[in-house]
Amino acid sequence: MDLIVREYRTISYISGPLIYAEKITGGGLGEMCVITLPNGEKRTGQILQLKGDRAVIQVLEGTSGIDTDSAAVVPTGEVATVGVSKEMFGRVFNGLGDPIDGMAPIIPEKHMLVNGLPMNPVAREKPDFFIQTGISSIDGLNTLVRGQKLPIFSGAGLPANELALQVVRQSRVSEEADFCVILGAMGITSREAFFFRKSLGETGAMERTIAFINEASDPTIERLFTPRIALTTAEYLAFEKGYHVMVVLTDMTAYCEALREIGSAREEIPGRRSYPGYMYTDLASLYERAGRLHEHRGSITMMPILTMPDDDITHPIPDLTGYITEGQIVLSRALHRKGIYPPIDVMPCLSRLMNLGIGKGKTRDGHRTLADNLYSAYARGVDARRLVTIVGEEGLTELDKKFLHFSEEFEKRFIGQGEENRSIDETLDLGEELLSILPEKEIVGVAKKVK
Amino acid sequence: MNEIKGRIYGVAGPTVIASGMAGAKMNTICLVGAEGLLGEVIRIEDGYATLQVYEDTGGLTVGEEVVSLARPLTVTLGPGLLTNIYDGIQRPLAAMKEAGANFIGKGIKAAALDKNREWRFTPLKKPGDAVEPGTVLGTIPETERITHSVMVPQGVKGVIKEIKADTVSGKEPVCVLEDGTVIELFQEWPVRVARPFKEKLPPETPFITGQRIFDTLLPAAEGGTAIVPGGFGTGKTIVEQTIAKFGRSDIVIYVGCGERGNEMTEILTDFPTLKDPETGMPLSLRTVIVVNTSNMPVAAREASIFTGITIAEYFRDMGYNVAILADSISRWAEALREISSRLEEMPGEEGFPPYLSTQLGGFYERAGRVKCLGPVDKTGSVTIVSAVSPPGGDFSEPVTQSSLRFAGTLWALDPDLAYRRHFPAVNWQASFSLYYPQLKEWFAREVSPEMPGLRGRLFVLLQRQAELKEIIQIIGVEALQESDRLTLEVANLARDAFLKQSVFNEADAFNSYEKQYLMLKAIFSFFDNAEAALKRGVYIETILDSPSRTRLLKMRDVPNDGISKEAVELMEAVESEFAAGKD
Repeated sequence: MDLIVREYRTISYISGPLIYAEKITGGGLGEMCVITLPNGEKRTGQILQLKGDRAVIQVLEGTSGIDTDSAAVVPTGEVATVGVSKEMFGRVFNGLGDPIDGMAPIIPEKHMLVNGLPMNPVAREKPDFFIQTGISSIDGLNTLVRGQKLPIFSGAGLPANELALQVVRQSRVSEEADFCVILGAMGITSREAFFFRKSLGETGAMERTIAFINEASDPTIERLFTPRIALTTAEYLAFEKGYHVMVVLTDMTAYCEALREIGSAREEIPGRRSYPGYMYTDLASLYERAGRLHEHRGSITMMPILTMPDDDITHPIPDLTGYITEGQIVLSRALHRKGIYPPIDVMPCLSRLMNLGIGKGKTRDGHRTLADNLYSAYARGVDARRLVTIVGEEGLTELDKKFLHFSEEFEKRFIGQGEENRSIDETLDLGEELLSILPEKEIVGVAKKVK
Repeated sequence: MNEIKGRIYGVAGPTVIASGMAGAKMNTICLVGAEGLLGEVIRIEDGYATLQVYEDTGGLTVGEEVVSLARPLTVTLGPGLLTNIYDGIQRPLAAMKEAGANFIGKGIKAAALDKNREWRFTPLKKPGDAVEPGTVLGTIPETERITHSVMVPQGVKGVIKEIKADTVSGKEPVCVLEDGTVIELFQEWPVRVARPFKEKLPPETPFITGQRIFDTLLPAAEGGTAIVPGGFGTGKTIVEQTIAKFGRSDIVIYVGCGERGNEMTEILTDFPTLKDPETGMPLSLRTVIVVNTSNMPVAAREASIFTGITIAEYFRDMGYNVAILADSISRWAEALREISSRLEEMPGEEGFPPYLSTQLGGFYERAGRVKCLGPVDKTGSVTIVSAVSPPGGDFSEPVTQSSLRFAGTLWALDPDLAYRRHFPAVNWQASFSLYYPQLKEWFAREVSPEMPGLRGRLFVLLQRQAELKEIIQIIGVEALQESDRLTLEVANLARDAFLKQSVFNEADAFNSYEKQYLMLKAIFSFFDNAEAALKRGVYIETILDSPSRTRLLKMRDVPNDGISKEAVELMEAVESEFAAGKD
């Protein structure tokens, strides 16, 4: 370690959130720097790229007010770390991990790398522990398991945050005492921030919650750090302290926009819709931090929330997310308008790990078959509905009419459960009851209950 | 060769520029920085070399040393590959975990194969025998299932002076030739160079997957290439895993390229316990896994498919039929794109480099059925089944389109089918098999002379179904002619009973060709009898209420060995049910 503090007044170029500093020696990729302004203000920077003695540095708090003559860059010699501690429970931090709840800074038990390291696939434990969220369309049809990453694909104005909070609240009840929640909020409005803090406080969940909040008015680049800091804290709690951590990240769309902003400031060749070509890899470095490890008690379950621009599921953000996460819960504007809550459009929903978490001893024998039947029947009902708009109900066969009726009931009762917290048995019983609307021969392999 | 030592000049993402590298060769390996990260030269400009680095570049500083090893990126080939699990540059992940690496840090060095492990060796050659490349010196029981041939490497020829007996290990030579050439148990082979063979042969046998829609409708060939494109959630990974489990091949190489970590744990925990339906032995005994999950370094992801295919070729050279399952080739292409963009190359379509197609071709064309090197004639094959993940599920994108140029079979996955939980969600209208004309004779000979005809009828039926569906959209089902209603209902039956298949149902998971044939035969027997009955004036409702229809739907739950009995009974039942009213 150098004893002399190196200070470079060599900034040559400033653009957007980036500064270029010359004659930097010994700076490492990813190294943190302090940028000091003539008025004594200090900002945080990170080296993104090195070429010869020129370093490209992103300034987390933004470059406004920085000049090329008097601002100085001081490399710290360290990559980004975050101090973590069990004392963080109940606290609210900004996107960089500094407290914003007016209380004293925490005393870290440990400093950990913000970027984390990739989990060795061999060290991963198979995720097969059922989490009861109390929501029928999740528990019954797209089951969540510990260690899974299951995003909510939302649209502007749809109640994704409400749903996420309901999941958090209800899972907590059924989980063991060592359940905790980490909220990583990127670019959310002050209204949303208020909503989160209020709701978490009301349900008494706050003492088991750590919140990292970067608001829409906070610096953009901070957003790139917020989920990483949240996940690093999660890794500490899960793999060193044995907690079952549920990480809610919202809104991933704001995160991706920050990524695009940096990409374009670096004059990189843009990919689809100008998002950087490495966005898949970048998102993977977040999402893949969910999981369980052999010989470790804890787990990280992740529920990222993203807003699909114009409800377009093929937009790069939901698209790349869906390719990385183990399924998705998709919200529907049509159901929302009908007043159905939660407005979960079950057709494009999926939980890839569902089969590991259900069945005998976990939920119930025959769960898979029941779910498949509900899906097929609902799909036929939706087809029939489409047909009705063209040919009228008279054009339907008697059987199709039954499917139509089924799909209406299914939406109203199975999906539209409101604030109710349903046990898995209640969910599955309801599913069986709804299927009994249909003639028995249309149902493959469900053992019907004798009523 | 003199060692070339340069210094880091620039770092950007997974690429490093090193100065003072005059004399370094393209595609040779270097050790980068104080931690000795592995990198490969991908561009040379004056004295500067650009390297793609196979590990995380965070923390690298300008001025650190770069040492060229003057050799290309290679994999180590030898006994011990099977049951193993590697990352993209063939580091043994299980051994790394044993050493405490729950998370993969930087600069971890680990040998791909255990040098100290002793293997039982049965020599097939003795001192004085002449050998050439491909000659089998002896065999090793690598696993209970697979016998490993120790082969004379490429470029070595001569007469044996000494050869080991009983046991061998990686520590000492297996064989010494009279000219002093030493043959080791382990060989190194550059990943980007295809291993040689005598000649390529045309495909003549299907690659049996046990999945009805593939084997009957859209067969792949042994030594062929099949691609499986589909948006997320359409079941690509399930298709790949199903084929890894049930595909009839001697060896399976599973390459998890830029995919999910949790999915790999399923393979890792299931394969040692799952039984191969053919031999009853654990699947892991025939499997090598290469995994570079999406959050592992991007350059190693790029290398992973080449690591996989080189291992596949090595087993092919022993005369085995090898299947390599690559999930997903799009992630490989994205790695290529990411590196290309760091090099500031002129981008082609969608930002992919213009050489995407050439490189993809270089991978796909390593598939094939070949006459292996060596004095004894034997054939081996490499079959590629690769998943493609088109952005937004749009098949017009470059990776899907380039892959289509090389694919003999296309299994196009359809989100609409997947949403209905119709699996495998293969859109039979959009898919194709170019191998069928060559395999037709095999079907007639090995399955039944009727098989090609039944397959043809199924295609016609499905085509008619698509047309009828369009009509219904306009006039409704009730307005259809009765004969058309029947066609539609039988097509729906064929779809639900035959095209849908569940890998989670034991009897349904793997279907023999006999079962596939008899199921088809029973469906069409129902169709023919029902059509005749309809002509005689039997109501369509009566026909659709037939108990045989329900029985046909349940036929898939009958195990392979009980199918012939069930098929005979079922067809008799169909005959007698519709016999009523007959003259």
